[in-house]
Amino acid sequence: MIRDITLGQYYQADSVIHRLDPRTKLVGTMVYLVSLFIFTGPWVFVTAASFLLLCVFLSRVPFSYMLKGLKPILFILMFTLVINMLFTKGTVLFSWWKFTITEEGLKQAGAMGFRLVLLILGSNLMTLTTTPTRLTNAMEHLMRPLKLIRVPVHEIAMMMSIALRFIPILLEETDRIMKAQLARGADFESGNLIKKTKSLVPVLIPLFISAFRRANDLAMAMEARCYHGGKGRTQYKPLKYKGRDFVAYFMVIIYLAGVILIGKFL
Amino acid sequence: MKIPSFLQIKNLKYEYIRRDEENNVEGITTAVDDVSLDVKEGEFIAVLGHNGSGKSTLAKHINAILFPEEGEVILDGMNTKDEEKLLDIRRTAGMVFQNPDNQIIGQVVDEDVAFGPENMGVPTDEIAQRVEESLKTLGMWEYRNASPNRLSGGQKQRVSIASVIAMHPKCIILDEPTAMLDPRGRYEVIRAARALNEVEHITIILITHYMEEVIHADRVFVMDKGKVKMEGTPREIFSRVEELKEMRLTVPQVTELAWELKKAGLRIPDGILTREELVKEILKLVSSRTGVSSRTGVSS
Amino acid sequence: MNEYKLIADHLIYEYNKGSAQARKALDDVSFVLRGGEFVGLIGHTGSGKSTLVQHLVALLKPDSGTIYYEGADIFEKDYNRKALRGKVGLVFQYPEYQLFEETVLSEVSYGPKNMGMDKKDAELAAYAAIKRVGLEDECFDQSPFDLSGGQKRRVAIASVLAMNPEILVLDEPTAGLDPAGRTELLDMITELKETEGITIVLVSHSMDDVAEVANRIIVMDKGKIVYDAEPVEVFRHTAELEAMGLAAPQMSYVLRDLKAAGIDVNVDAITLKAAKEEILRALA
Repeated sequence: MIRDITLGQYYQADSVIHRLDPRTKLVGTMVYLVSLFIFTGPWVFVTAASFLLLCVFLSRVPFSYMLKGLKPILFILMFTLVINMLFTKGTVLFSWWKFTITEEGLKQAGAMGFRLVLLILGSNLMTLTTTPTRLTNAMEHLMRPLKLIRVPVHEIAMMMSIALRFIPILLEETDRIMKAQLARGADFESGNLIKKTKSLVPVLIPLFISAFRRANDLAMAMEARCYHGGKGRTQYKPLKYKGRDFVAYFMVIIYLAGVILIGKFL
Repeated sequence: MKIPSFLQIKNLKYEYIRRDEENNVEGITTAVDDVSLDVKEGEFIAVLGHNGSGKSTLAKHINAILFPEEGEVILDGMNTKDEEKLLDIRRTAGMVFQNPDNQIIGQVVDEDVAFGPENMGVPTDEIAQRVEESLKTLGMWEYRNASPNRLSGGQKQRVSIASVIAMHPKCIILDEPTAMLDPRGRYEVIRAARALNEVEHITIILITHYMEEVIHADRVFVMDKGKVKMEGTPREIFSRVEELKEMRLTVPQVTELAWELKKAGLRIPDGILTREELVKEILKLVSSRTGVSSRTGVSS
Repeated sequence: MNEYKLIADHLIYEYNKGSAQARKALDDVSFVLRGGEFVGLIGHTGSGKSTLVQHLVALLKPDSGTIYYEGADIFEKDYNRKALRGKVGLVFQYPEYQLFEETVLSEVSYGPKNMGMDKKDAELAAYAAIKRVGLEDECFDQSPFDLSGGQKRRVAIASVLAMNPEILVLDEPTAGLDPAGRTELLDMITELKETEGITIVLVSHSMDDVAEVANRIIVMDKGKIVYDAEPVEVFRHTAELEAMGLAAPQMSYVLRDLKAAGIDVNVDAITLKAAKEEILRALA
């Protein structure tokens, strides 16, 4: 059911990674993602992959579950691989009709593929082990300095978290409205692009109306529960760094140092 | 001296000049028209009315979501027009709305319950306590880490009630909380409301059009075209079957059966609420009759 | 008895197939619909009844089993499913949330137009349908969004009726309506069946709604059909219905209590009128 598709698919488990402060995970993930792009070389990838594997192991998220996260990017992955393989110039290994595959092409494709997979797995691990609320919480905290230049940090975070809550609901609603119009003989598949776009009007209008109605209801519910912006607000689960977070930061630094050294000297 | 009542609504009038949720009429609609009523602390009040009768608009005045155009609303000594008291009013009277999906703000059950206390500036340790006690009161503690999207309608409404309870209100307004639920969900919600009233002595104001839900109320107000047309105990209200029908309402089926039997000539009192009462009355009739017929048998 | 209109043959449908949350929404469901029947489909939320009705108009495809409409397999590759949706009309739950047009007339002619009618014929069909659901002439060029909740729902039902379906399936048509609105709508549906002979499938979780109007009741629980019989027969299983989170009609309970107290009443009376007559007869 569409209702079960949540952005970030939180996987409930009790692990060190789950318990880490979301800020630690957010910063760690950022560093990890950046490291994938700055450094290349087979040994760098081996190090990056092992580091990720260690984290996955610690997180108790089943590996098969992690791999499922790759499904949506399968197409992009294949596309990148093929493009890199076919259009990189260099020593020709194999040639057929207009297609040539070069050594450099293979290497490039391998590197890109590896990078993409690690990128997705890395960010998935963060979202699988952190509830979206904690994640928005972390962003709010990390963006705090921006308050000085009058960026409405609290409001942005609140909007993000509400969006995250309502996306599955609106997806389900879209599905329901589409089915309702299909039952009235609608046809979303045949015809050219213009006709197809036009056929979506009976879906989009009710969807917008519904979204506005929900927004109105929600605003009322928030007010009824004393919401009045970020002023004077306390937190149920305030973010506090614990011992394990310092250990984690330390490990991220070691990883980064390792990758830099390996990238330079191997 | 008279004890001041907990909630006083005096000559309240409210007009919608835009579209109305229930009526969807453009132009001016007088949703609430010169309504006055008093509620005592700890009462279980039900407000009945068909769709568009103004009952939801009335409810939204109690915790200062809407403000009266004429007249005033005084809750626990605070006038809802007093802007400084706004937050105090809203935490004194919490509100549960109709649509279970559109009032849960948190992405996880316990976070939603914490939302109110967070806004009120309750210290962190106490929030945790309040979350635990309110979820336990509503029997939803085991779902504290669940996503609201995975709960049933009845469970979602119980979370919403828990979220209100966590603000430690003196009064809860339930605005058609069961309209979108199945019978099981309706039962869960009404049972929870009754328990809060009986055990925690929280004043309950239940807005509904389901007749079966009001038979346990202390007092019932019936609204029609923005006015309070009837007031009384459920028994008094349900004795007036014909008037209710004119207002697009019915009575519980058992009450209607009793009323029909009475119309057909049986001696059954007005305002029967439960099937136990009805069965008892019919048995009484039977035994008195057999009593009569056996006596006549002896004399002849 | 009329011919079989629709045959559901061993339908199985599973949500989230292959994952940990896999759940059989339909578990070997078979039944037939005959012309002119009024069927109540009862079950609590999650019993599979909404999933089932979506199969009837091929909005969901069963994992195994199939449905035959007038002898043709509706899941066959070349079957015209769009035309099927004109013959088997499905009105969704809260159908007023699907309205989108500027006027009631254009809203209701959306369906007939999709069925291939030209503008004039579609509007004629729409006109007739709006009349059939009991809306006033003033409504025709009003915006559907300006109508009351109950009227909007009628417009939504008309928008399906305008395709002139032979079977009309309504998913919880009375949800959220007030008591008078509920009665009016049920009366309207009953009249459609009586005067036009449309086969009706009424999905509900309320026995009281269905008891008065249906001449056959299908009870679903956990994806299976538990009972498929006349109302009287189904309501004899009070205890089993309660275990499924359903209840027999109120009247049924009153009569049962009376019978248990030694009064000779026939407990099969389920409507208010029948119960009244039964009690008066027993006391006479």
